[in-house]
Amino acid sequence: MATLPVDDRQITGQFGPHLSSMTGTRLSTSLEPERLVKTHCCFCGQQCGIQLKVLGNEVIGFEPWEEFPFNRGMLCPKGVKRYLQGSHPDRLLTALRRDPASSAGFSPIPYDQAIAHTAAEIARLQSAHGSGAVGVLGGASLTTEKTYLLGKFARVCLKTPFIDYNGRLCMVSAGAGNKKAFGVDRVTSPWADMIGSGVIWVAGSNVAECSPITTNYLWQAREQGAKIIIQDPRLTPIARTCDLYLPVKPGRDAALFAGVLQIMIERGWVNEAFINDHTVGFDQVAGYCREWTLERTADVTGVPRRSLMQAAEWWGTAASSFMLHARGIEHHSNGVQNTLGAINLVLATGRIGQPHSGYGTIVGQANGQGGREHGQKCDQLPGWRDISNPEHRQYIASVWDVPEPEIPGPGVDAYEMFRKIDTGEIRGLIAICFNPKVSLPDNTFVTRCLDKLEFFVAIDFFLNDTARHADIVLPGSLQEEDEGTVTQVEGRIIKINKAVECPGEARQDWRIIQDIARALDRPKGFTFETPKEIFEELRVASRGGVADYSGVTYEKIEREMGVFWPCYSHDPRTGEPIADHPGTPRLFEPGSYNPIAKGSGPFYFPDGRARFNLADYRAPIDDASEEYPVFLTTGRVVSQFLSGTQTRRIGPLVKQYPEPRIELHPRLAEKLGIADGEWATAQTRRGTITLRAQVVTTIRPDTIFIPYHWAGKKSVNQLTVAAQDPISKIPQYKVCGCRLRKADGPPDYDGQLEAQQ
Amino acid sequence: MAKPGHLHFFIDPSRCIGCQACVQACSECDTHRGESMIHLDFIDRASSIQTVPVVCMHCDQPTCAEVCPADAIKRAADGVVQSALQPRCIACGNCVSACPFGVPEVYEDRKIMMKCDMCYDRTSIGRKPMCATVCPSQALFYGTGDEIERLRPHSAPINRFQFGQQTITTRVFVMTPKGLAGLTPHLDVTAAMDDDAPARPLTLKMADPFDEVELA
Repeated sequence: MATLPVDDRQITGQFGPHLSSMTGTRLSTSLEPERLVKTHCCFCGQQCGIQLKVLGNEVIGFEPWEEFPFNRGMLCPKGVKRYLQGSHPDRLLTALRRDPASSAGFSPIPYDQAIAHTAAEIARLQSAHGSGAVGVLGGASLTTEKTYLLGKFARVCLKTPFIDYNGRLCMVSAGAGNKKAFGVDRVTSPWADMIGSGVIWVAGSNVAECSPITTNYLWQAREQGAKIIIQDPRLTPIARTCDLYLPVKPGRDAALFAGVLQIMIERGWVNEAFINDHTVGFDQVAGYCREWTLERTADVTGVPRRSLMQAAEWWGTAASSFMLHARGIEHHSNGVQNTLGAINLVLATGRIGQPHSGYGTIVGQANGQGGREHGQKCDQLPGWRDISNPEHRQYIASVWDVPEPEIPGPGVDAYEMFRKIDTGEIRGLIAICFNPKVSLPDNTFVTRCLDKLEFFVAIDFFLNDTARHADIVLPGSLQEEDEGTVTQVEGRIIKINKAVECPGEARQDWRIIQDIARALDRPKGFTFETPKEIFEELRVASRGGVADYSGVTYEKIEREMGVFWPCYSHDPRTGEPIADHPGTPRLFEPGSYNPIAKGSGPFYFPDGRARFNLADYRAPIDDASEEYPVFLTTGRVVSQFLSGTQTRRIGPLVKQYPEPRIELHPRLAEKLGIADGEWATAQTRRGTITLRAQVVTTIRPDTIFIPYHWAGKKSVNQLTVAAQDPISKIPQYKVCGCRLRKADGPPDYDGQLEAQQ
Repeated sequence: MAKPGHLHFFIDPSRCIGCQACVQACSECDTHRGESMIHLDFIDRASSIQTVPVVCMHCDQPTCAEVCPADAIKRAADGVVQSALQPRCIACGNCVSACPFGVPEVYEDRKIMMKCDMCYDRTSIGRKPMCATVCPSQALFYGTGDEIERLRPHSAPINRFQFGQQTITTRVFVMTPKGLAGLTPHLDVTAAMDDDAPARPLTLKMADPFDEVELA
């Protein structure tokens, strides 16, 4: 049983999170690095180029990499201090087994013994309950090579349909929307295209904190004439200096997009020629938008009419434009509809596939793009192929050299996997790069499910909050201890380079996965010697798929500082080999060819046309109500990342923003009698949390904000609702009904836990 | 080696997003590792998200040096005002009190004043200072006058500041709205602290974006 072996605080005492600090070699001003390794940051989807200073087997600092074209040396505070995750006191240096007799709950065991035990337990569960009794959870911070291998491992070695990944919490609404509208799921344009654009609309993205490097692109575009429109319930640092701020009520984005499109239609601010020649479905969408009068839109969205009119005019009459969005509109039970609403605004203007005109979602994780393309999603095979499509299955079966019927069918999304754990259908779990006990909504339920697992093996470099429930922990690798590729926010495939070796018994994640396959006596297809070998197979597997990497090589990535997919090894028109395909920085250019449309148009459908999709507004599930009158919304702060497994262990980043706070407007604070800095208790139908209040005028007075990077009693996901979008299955993190009051006193952890714990 | 004369430091607070990349990067410097010399503060977090980064402005006539009883603060020929010299500084704090921009700090444990020296180890060999290199918003910018003119057509650099009776000119420029630069030859830094502040040549007003939001 995967309950906590001992009290949580005893585990914390041994395994952290403790803070790393600049000491020893990392404080010395006289030590020179032996080498600089050009690589990328380990955190968000911007994937800034960075040089790591290496001395011996330690990363001792960083040096900006000013030649890398995306960030040209720029970094956020996480990038600056990311090197402090190495040589960390909490680093797992051996395999562990749960051991209630040990004061810390775990005891070290030899790596080979841990692998043998893992394989024996998987075999036991599968022989007793079938292949599907074991599930796999992956993550979008893994390299593309690892995500490919993990998908193959689940289908070929474990023969389980149950694999999904933490991108389910990030990119899936955008991905589903993009596939429905364009037939392909990628940002359309490199960020440099923004400079010279006429208007840039950023919907639901706290750019300054979640994708800081994009800030300079926005500011520079603004210097050169772009109007910046920001749609957000909070007046974020980007919103402060924008040209038009749309203070949307949480969860009302589809209504806002429909209302603005209606104004554009009424005023004739749509591109009829483009709509006629390159799209289908406009009439149905226009019919729906007629319901969204200015009055109704303003009423539902909370955005003043004059602001809606201004947005429609700027967007409708611009010569060039960018539409960017992120989790603010995607983290909803209506997330796909919100995405489609934004896309409809783009298609109505025809401004796509041109210099200075583009569209895209700003991905949150390092490999938010690549990690969603090559088979760790429950319904997907490599190259963005569909696991239910017979031709796609046949091709991948041929690459993997397995009979097609042996590849399982589609599994279920990550949250549904927990429901299957709850019902006993899934009894064993392998998790890597995913910390669902912190990151999934209603995480009290998630914890209960973890407790039910008969066998749980976690692969990680630190003992994350979820791994505390594990039977076996296998010591994996930090990003700087391995090489491979990731695909960053623009669709640019880049190369992660190894700076140091894994310490102790820790080893590279792909070796661990292959070791399990070998121990299960199913080594076929899992005998790669290097990440490059995995990538070479991935190139073949992706060939002919929508996300075609076949023309990409490690050498080409390094030479060109990134390659944009699709990049073909064979001409999709003729099938003839191409020596050096340049990649595709900009999608949908007029006259462009893709293997789906086959020349009939720029979009990835057989007729080459983009799709308008009905993007209907639905009120959020568990919306604010008489009983729970305040909107709760959640998100990031700039100095932390995801569930904090890494950033809550980096001293200077913790110091910057030590603990979560409840952000609320002075009008709400006054009404409730809560002063700045006082303890306040927020409560939803699922849980309560007591944190210090931060009273600021930069948030809607009917809304509170809590960042989500912390665990246990400080985790806002105790409160969030597990309502999911019916198509993408993304959880509705960005809104639920909540009540707030002045706390009775400090929470019980106050004075007992350090800020990051 | 000296800082190349055609390269200048520009601060544009309107771009600042308060992310502290500059603060974190400054503490990586090989001359003061573990300590940041940059001041980054909210103006008034309760009412705005606005932050302002302040580096040493490198005054043409540095007040800090003028008031130093130990002659520990030197201005190099290229105009960069250095941190206090180790054997001379007596950590008296005169410079801290005198600097109109509030830049120097005395480190009591080491009995020395330290401040931003515009990454002299980098700028003196033609490289950019660390903070301006990493700054994601480029609120901190290091480059030529031509570059800033081309990249920031709506702003003008100002390096003349008024503090009461004292006029100060600096090596570091602050970007101001172009309209403002034409209206005033300097930035009156202390005007906002006066009880009866003089009318400002340019006032930016922002309506409360949430004034129509009703509470349940």
